[in-house]
Amino acid sequence: MKKVLMGNHAAAMGAMLAKVDVVSAYPITPQTQVVEFLAEQKAKGAFAGQYLKVESEHSAMAELLGAATAGARCFTATSSQGLAYMHELLHWVAGARLPVVMVDVNRALAAPWNLWTDQSDSLSQRDTGWMQFYCSTNQEVLDTVIMAYRIAEEVHLPAMVVLDGFTLSHTYEPVDIPDAERVDAFLPRYAPSQILDTKTPLSFGALAQPKEYFRLRRRMAADMKRAEDVIMTVGRDFGESFGRRYGLFDAYRCDDADAILVTSGAVGCTAKAAVDALREKGYAAGNLRLRVFRPFPADALAAFVRPGIPLAVIDRDYSPGGTGIWFEEIKAALYSREVRPPVYGFIAGLGGGDITSELLQEAWLKTLSGRAAEAEASWVEDAR
Amino acid sequence: MLEIRFHGRGGQGTVLAAKILADAVLLAGKAECMAIPEFGVERRGAPVTAYARISSGKILLRSRIYEPDAVVLMDPTVAAGADIVKGLKPGGALVLNTEAPLETLEARYPGFKLYAVPARRIAIDNKLGPVSAPMVNTAMVGAVCAIFSLADPASVEKAIRDNVPSRHDANALAARQAAAAVLWRQPCPS
Repeated sequence: MKKVLMGNHAAAMGAMLAKVDVVSAYPITPQTQVVEFLAEQKAKGAFAGQYLKVESEHSAMAELLGAATAGARCFTATSSQGLAYMHELLHWVAGARLPVVMVDVNRALAAPWNLWTDQSDSLSQRDTGWMQFYCSTNQEVLDTVIMAYRIAEEVHLPAMVVLDGFTLSHTYEPVDIPDAERVDAFLPRYAPSQILDTKTPLSFGALAQPKEYFRLRRRMAADMKRAEDVIMTVGRDFGESFGRRYGLFDAYRCDDADAILVTSGAVGCTAKAAVDALREKGYAAGNLRLRVFRPFPADALAAFVRPGIPLAVIDRDYSPGGTGIWFEEIKAALYSREVRPPVYGFIAGLGGGDITSELLQEAWLKTLSGRAAEAEASWVEDAR
Repeated sequence: MLEIRFHGRGGQGTVLAAKILADAVLLAGKAECMAIPEFGVERRGAPVTAYARISSGKILLRSRIYEPDAVVLMDPTVAAGADIVKGLKPGGALVLNTEAPLETLEARYPGFKLYAVPARRIAIDNKLGPVSAPMVNTAMVGAVCAIFSLADPASVEKAIRDNVPSRHDANALAARQAAAAVLWRQPCPS
């Protein structure tokens, strides 16, 4: 059934369809409608799970740490400062190998105060052990929340589903809402083998000696790597069940492209329009939209790129003292490979600045002509 | 693709108008619609902008709209503090909530196709919102859908009933009355 939904409601609908057992959340703009919607459903009796009101994002994640240890399928949503405040618990949940799924609605970090989209909040949680999926439409948001549970529960790692603040979160567009019974068949009940249960007492999160810690981290690394295959398999299964297939990335008109835009999130959608516009002007443009940031699909990317076909990486984020975060990751992923195309970086749209088709076309043309600097990212802005 | 920019004030239901429009277009089943509220801090009375894209094909652009095909002015007082025709394509459509005569509007907005909708009066007649701040959104949506043939009256009515929190009949009636009351004129040669 198709309905017009804002991105936040698409995310909440995904959590409802995944039949989550526990929601623990604290409101923050631009995420608020995600948890508001779930609270309304709870009040109406349409949501059967527990809804826990807490005093902070730190507590929200702490509650989920406990609930997931007891075997519950858990959900929360946050943005920006809220995500930053959760940081310590993100490590805890990942280290405990709990498949919690969280929606992060991208918003720039203060200071100065800003409400608008910027990937610095989610990308700065890179090293916490959470998988990260970036969505480009409200449909993809709903679908990815459902897929995230299948993937997370298979590899025993938490997952963050990321959408652009306002550009997706507050934008209304038609979304096909999958049939609940078919979602149940796609996503069976969560049945962990070891849970916190007074009848069969176990110790969780106990002190680990260096040797044990090292081995556990190494296992986490292996499961992160394995997640790449699981993401592909689950994306293919989802396509068979619901007609929409997903992978590690979404390549658009790349086969014969002379240069390729590399994008993520909602910008990956506008970039397709930019590619179409360039093609109409006679340029062979393509767009590679990355869906997964962790695990970083380095092997798949290395197999995808072609010698001499440059990449124009668009970052709506910035690592002070470094450069664009996707730009750095992509260069690191390709450095040790035989095929190493030129990689150009563009920092754009920080704090919600508009990333327009025109701006993307400009970045692509600069890349094609080799006019962009290679070592450092260029800062670009649509002057309107 | 048709690109529309809406100007209104916080609390007048401008964002809901864009959402109702998207619902009506989906229900009509002929095109896709993306409704984009302006990315701002919500304050009652402050100028609010929203955008909508309507297309028979897939909508890929997710940026703001800088050169709209049409501008819809929900609240005439917004025009005093903002250049409401900024970027409006030459010969583009300007849909105004006003009872001012077309001649006056033509002098003020030369070069655009003008549509005058007495939405304020219709909202007051139907007792939608307080007299000091009538809720004109459903009347304006009814007019916009009729002007651009975006959705049939039945789809508009269903979209309104699905979205407005109360006074369903009065809101549906306001949309029908507004669609019938539109006065328009081609751009005068400049």
